[in-house]
Amino acid sequence: MRRAVLEQIALGILRGTAWAILGATAFLLGSIALGGAGVITWEFLTAEPTEGMTHGGIFPAIFGTICITLFMIGMALPLGVCAAIYMVEYAGRSSLARVIRASVNNLAGIPSIVFGLFGVGFFVLFVGRSIDRVRGGEMLFGQPAMLWAAATLAALVLPVIIVSTAEALNAVPRSHREAAFALGATRWQTVSRVVLPQARAGILTGSILSVSRGAGETAPILFTGCAYFLPRLPVAHLTIPFTGLSVPMVNPLDQFMELSYHIFIMATQSTDAAVTRPIQYGTTLVLVGLTFLLNLSAIWLRARYRRRLVAS
Amino acid sequence: MTRAVLAAPRPRIRAAVDPADPGPGTRAAKITFRGMGFSYPGRRALSGVTLDIPDKRVTAIIGPSGCGKSTLIKSINRIAEIGTEVKVEGEVRLDDQDLYGPGVDLVDLRRRVGMLFQKPNPFPKSIYENVAFGPRIHGTGGGAELEAIVERSLRQAALWDEVSERMRTPAMELSGGQQQRLCLARVLAVDPDVILMDEPCSALDPISTARIEELIEELRERYTVVIVTHNMQQAARVSDRTVFLLNGSLVEVGETETIFTNPTDRRTEDYITGRFG
Repeated sequence: MRRAVLEQIALGILRGTAWAILGATAFLLGSIALGGAGVITWEFLTAEPTEGMTHGGIFPAIFGTICITLFMIGMALPLGVCAAIYMVEYAGRSSLARVIRASVNNLAGIPSIVFGLFGVGFFVLFVGRSIDRVRGGEMLFGQPAMLWAAATLAALVLPVIIVSTAEALNAVPRSHREAAFALGATRWQTVSRVVLPQARAGILTGSILSVSRGAGETAPILFTGCAYFLPRLPVAHLTIPFTGLSVPMVNPLDQFMELSYHIFIMATQSTDAAVTRPIQYGTTLVLVGLTFLLNLSAIWLRARYRRRLVAS
Repeated sequence: MTRAVLAAPRPRIRAAVDPADPGPGTRAAKITFRGMGFSYPGRRALSGVTLDIPDKRVTAIIGPSGCGKSTLIKSINRIAEIGTEVKVEGEVRLDDQDLYGPGVDLVDLRRRVGMLFQKPNPFPKSIYENVAFGPRIHGTGGGAELEAIVERSLRQAALWDEVSERMRTPAMELSGGQQQRLCLARVLAVDPDVILMDEPCSALDPISTARIEELIEELRERYTVVIVTHNMQQAARVSDRTVFLLNGSLVEVGETETIFTNPTDRRTEDYITGRFG
């Protein structure tokens, strides 16, 4: 009898917490959706802010967010995956590997604002200014820019990518590596032909999830490149030599607007808080939507690779 | 008492003995151990092992769990040292090449010494790709030649008839016994001289075990086979010579017939009659 009651209580508590989490998520997303749905129009998504950012759209912020996310992936993914492969497949259980592993885990625990300050200090003021000094002439690299903001974000998500990649690699059975080695495969052949094909789905999903986490961060880009308001897109026209053709390209040395920062300034520094409230909702909905798209692509990739792995 | 051990469930299949053959004991040794010792960090696995493993014969290594059987065969293809740091004393030679000497090419060594593991471990690839893996990484054969190697290896492993119609299906869909034969085909595809087997039947049912044992009978004509087994009957059935290890030391080595009917060492007799282990 007592056991049955205890069972009921345990079930009640566990079920209650699960529902509470579900409820909180539903409330959060629901209020964002309700508040933002009415604001989102074609104009909102494609126009730029007007009248002191109390009207118009948020296109420059959407554009900036997508660009910086792509740049961040380009920097963080190769670095993180290579580092994890070295850590798991090559360094093994050596003391060096232990030190690397510990510092990666510590890196993951550093608050994002610290990364923001590190970004200004290291990327903008040290790397950027050094390049300028070597180049001579006017200042080009030594100021906040999309390049440095992306690099800072990449540094932020790097440890998460490394940890999730390492997990995916460790999930590959040891017996498969042994079989490959016993057949005379080198370490790289074993990694590239046996381990990576099996770990690819896990690496990609883990990386996309960590990237989507980084895409919504504000603190790291606060000082490293995002702009309060930018009347133009961070696009430069690149002239292809000999052809005379001019192609518009994203200019990584320009500043940019970004969704999460836009929400932040709308909420704290708006000229008219009452008027901009719907814009905040709308911007938040767009940001959440973009993040959700990223997560969705992770789920889709995982399903696709799982099917392929079974079928091949 | 010792006779009972030989009463195996299946009659021994033996190739006719060539009267000119002086017997496996006096044949040229393929692998030689001289005063060999092997240590893992904080644990000594083998000490003072001196042993000749004859060419083109089946040598069984028996002994209780933890006696160093696996380490002994994994020291031959230098798999034992992967992922850990080991200390090796004495000498291990394959065809007179010092395996732990300077300048040993591990890739070449492992091409010459194939290995079958305790649990079947095919890659999560197709049947074809599993067998083609070795030739591909060694860059031997492409196109039609590769297909010929794959077919020949699968035939040698007595699996061809079962899989020839579904080479592109995942290896993981095969039964355990088929998977182990696929792993054998994968080993044969790189054309080794020596095949090591680490309890290759411990995860298999009796029928699959019998098929692997029949294959071992055939393999001994072309390959030097070293098999670790927990199963006394299996050692008696498949091997020409038997090595008994205890606590990392070699206790006795001899013709399988002799070891199982008339062992010289008291401990060997106790072990094979099931008094311990």
